[in-house]
Amino acid sequence: MRYIPLSPQDKEKALATIGASSVDQLFADIPEAARMNHPLQIPGPLPEMDLMDWFETAAEKNTHAGPRKTFIGAGAYVHHVPVAVDHLISRTEFFTCYTPYQPEVSQGTLAAIYEFQTYTAALLGMEVANASMYDGPSALAEAVIMACRVTGRDKVVMPDLVHPHWRQVVQTYTQHLGIDIILAPMASDGVCDPEKLAAAMDQRTAAVVVQSPNFFGHVEDMAAINKAREESGALLIGAVAEPMALGLLQGPGASGADICVAEGRSFGGSLGFGGPALGMFAVQNSLARKMPGRLVGKTKDTKGQDGYTLTLSTREQHIRREKATSNICSNQALMATAAAIHISLLGQNGLRETALANLAASHYLAEKMTAIPGVKMAFDQPFFNEFAVTLPMDAQRILGDLASAGYLAGPNLGRWYPEMNNTILLCATEVHSKKNIDALVAMIAKGTV
Amino acid sequence: MDFPKDLKYSKEHEWVRLGDDGVAVIGITAFAQDELGDIVFVETPKVGQNLKAGQTFGVAESVKTVSDLYSPVSGEVVEVNTNLLDSPELVNESPFGDGWMIKIKMDDPAELGSLLSSQDYQKLTQKG
Repeated sequence: MRYIPLSPQDKEKALATIGASSVDQLFADIPEAARMNHPLQIPGPLPEMDLMDWFETAAEKNTHAGPRKTFIGAGAYVHHVPVAVDHLISRTEFFTCYTPYQPEVSQGTLAAIYEFQTYTAALLGMEVANASMYDGPSALAEAVIMACRVTGRDKVVMPDLVHPHWRQVVQTYTQHLGIDIILAPMASDGVCDPEKLAAAMDQRTAAVVVQSPNFFGHVEDMAAINKAREESGALLIGAVAEPMALGLLQGPGASGADICVAEGRSFGGSLGFGGPALGMFAVQNSLARKMPGRLVGKTKDTKGQDGYTLTLSTREQHIRREKATSNICSNQALMATAAAIHISLLGQNGLRETALANLAASHYLAEKMTAIPGVKMAFDQPFFNEFAVTLPMDAQRILGDLASAGYLAGPNLGRWYPEMNNTILLCATEVHSKKNIDALVAMIAKGTV
Repeated sequence: MDFPKDLKYSKEHEWVRLGDDGVAVIGITAFAQDELGDIVFVETPKVGQNLKAGQTFGVAESVKTVSDLYSPVSGEVVEVNTNLLDSPELVNESPFGDGWMIKIKMDDPAELGSLLSSQDYQKLTQKG
């Protein structure tokens, strides 16, 4: 559906209908002193060629490493997105600033979202997924709030192996809701210790959050953690920052998670300025009515044909008002569509092959790195496409040198874990060839002598 | 429209039937279900939960709207109608019978005195 802004004729008609003489009259309640009574102080229009020149000059100020020289993951992973994805989502039916959900005009949009939901549920191992959230971290925050609502409890246990930014977002969302976020220190082990987690939980604990692969890239033992939370009756929230791993690993739902969230950018998204991101959110069926967000359902129309429509809307703000399950009354429709297209292009085998290529690239990188004298793996834990490695010198300096040479690596874990200064994360995916990896390792090796 | 004489009513359209054992059965009235339309989901509280009179104990969702359910009395929830999970339409078909929602062990049976009689409740519904 095309979104057509108000024309001057529309505006006149609207004003005439409500009996206002001008748009200014609608703002009559705003005191004169509070208004800006001069035009915005912005430069005037430019000819197209000058405009292009302006933007190119501005763009050149950026460090643009390009995908094959980017070895930073830490929540935003570089992947090859088939060109068909951007081509298809550029269609005006999808590429609108307003997502039309009305079933009578939007069967295509709704069908695409329904596909996205189906992929999300399948990947995360859950029964029902919503139409998407804004990003992984805010989806996690919503999951935490939902867990408290469902259980009537007010404590959530969160290991420090959950991405630090995700933890911050959860803190922001929950700080005025009377929810206690209990940080469980697990960083020294590199993975969660189920017994320690169990000890942190009690009858007030609404949920335990487990990210897998975790912030250090390690795969968590979800089944053991699922057992560990049983006694307290807390829900298990699974979080996935790199869903490409699900081409090889079971989704958290398969191990008993009640709520699962993921950052979906790895499918169809890009790394431009850290966005746009895509929140994936799924629950077991028994919790569907407590879920935040929009949900597209499949049904039959009066002619018996398949049709799609929003469903279970009574959870939402426009009906439940202040008792809604969430403030979100939209979804990340364009990125969800991109993800659905990317996943469909990969298919089940392609997804597995891509995941295997990630595994191979990162393990090759780890092997090469640890061959450098003095460099060692920070942990001996299973990892997917990212791992922590300890350098024998000032990590911050070498990351800076790499950046000057056009390579992005890191981050230095000392930024969040002071005792891990000079331990960095490195990530390699299907985009990195042996040549790219060897070049990075050679530069780091040169820096260590 | 039915307004059984042996029941007590709240302004929020719940009915209460007190048994000899001090346990009050609670549901919504025939008038309420008629206003709501086809009920598609009823959310009930957990057994063991303590409710104060006037507190919400759940939600009734119909094809046109969603409404909070208010406990007309104070006490502990001793039973919920689990049949409503699969058959919410019981509330429409038999609001004063099989469509009951929760049973509460009343803290103070005298609380019933502050509720409406059948006649008063009927008047309330006629005011519109």
